[in-house]
Amino acid sequence: MPHDHPHSHDEGAVHSHEGMSPSGHPYRADNDTPLTYWQVMEIAIRELLIEKGHTDAAEITRQIDRMDARSPADGARLVARAWHDPAFRERLLADGSAACREMDLDIGPMHLIAVENSEAVHNLVVCTLCSCYPRNLLGLPPDWYKTRAYRSRAVREPRAVLREFGVDLPGDTTVRVHDSTADMRYVVIPARPRGTEGWSETELAALVTRDSMIGTGLPRQP
Amino acid sequence: MAERVRVRAMMPPGHVRTPAYLRGRIGVIERELGRFADPERRAYSLPFDQRRLVRVRFTMAEIWGPDAEAPNDTLDAEIFEHWLEPA
Repeated sequence: MPHDHPHSHDEGAVHSHEGMSPSGHPYRADNDTPLTYWQVMEIAIRELLIEKGHTDAAEITRQIDRMDARSPADGARLVARAWHDPAFRERLLADGSAACREMDLDIGPMHLIAVENSEAVHNLVVCTLCSCYPRNLLGLPPDWYKTRAYRSRAVREPRAVLREFGVDLPGDTTVRVHDSTADMRYVVIPARPRGTEGWSETELAALVTRDSMIGTGLPRQP
Repeated sequence: MAERVRVRAMMPPGHVRTPAYLRGRIGVIERELGRFADPERRAYSLPFDQRRLVRVRFTMAEIWGPDAEAPNDTLDAEIFEHWLEPA
């Protein structure tokens, strides 16, 4: 959202840009508030782990870098391989984690279930209890995935949520919502777009969006 | 025929991975997932067992009743064995 603050461009004279950036947006406030309980706990545990020699600051930074480097591109490669290779698709649907490791995707201890969209079925992934997400495959989740609105509405009115994402499903398509309540993580294998016969895996991967692997979107059309 | 189960309608305090909106609802076991650490004890650093975890599929009609957006749509969730009873 380019404008996620209360700020109307139609208000003209009653609307002041004083104290705003040159583009008319508010500056982010300095984080001068006290640390929260959990922030204090995190710092305390981190410093104890370093002090006792279990890790060091450089290793923590490397791990953060590794997580930040993960992106939906890994998931897109996985989907493209499934579209391209029917035998791989079977293995992915049977054991998502094993199929990732077969592609040398570094998924750590993650237990992955792949669910497949078709003309008859559309899958949607949510974590109503917190924000479980296949980070090792898709990178960090989008902010909306963690909101109470998405988490509560995806199970209560998934079709309305999908329409807001621009996905209007026919009434005879079954929606299957997957609530990541425990140890599994989920990736949606979207239906392969028509008109991509003979495409390479690399070309196919460029059609796979993050949202299409959460189920809130569809792949790009060729 | 798929095994029918009911999610126990209990409300214990603490770190519980069974969503409240599924408690008391009947579904069918979609697949077995194996055995996983009991989160309700592990969350507090208590000794924990490995418990059977299954995916249960519910219809939206079963969860939301006549208010369901589309009664035949489904919801799958992972539920630990001690939360399930035969239905």
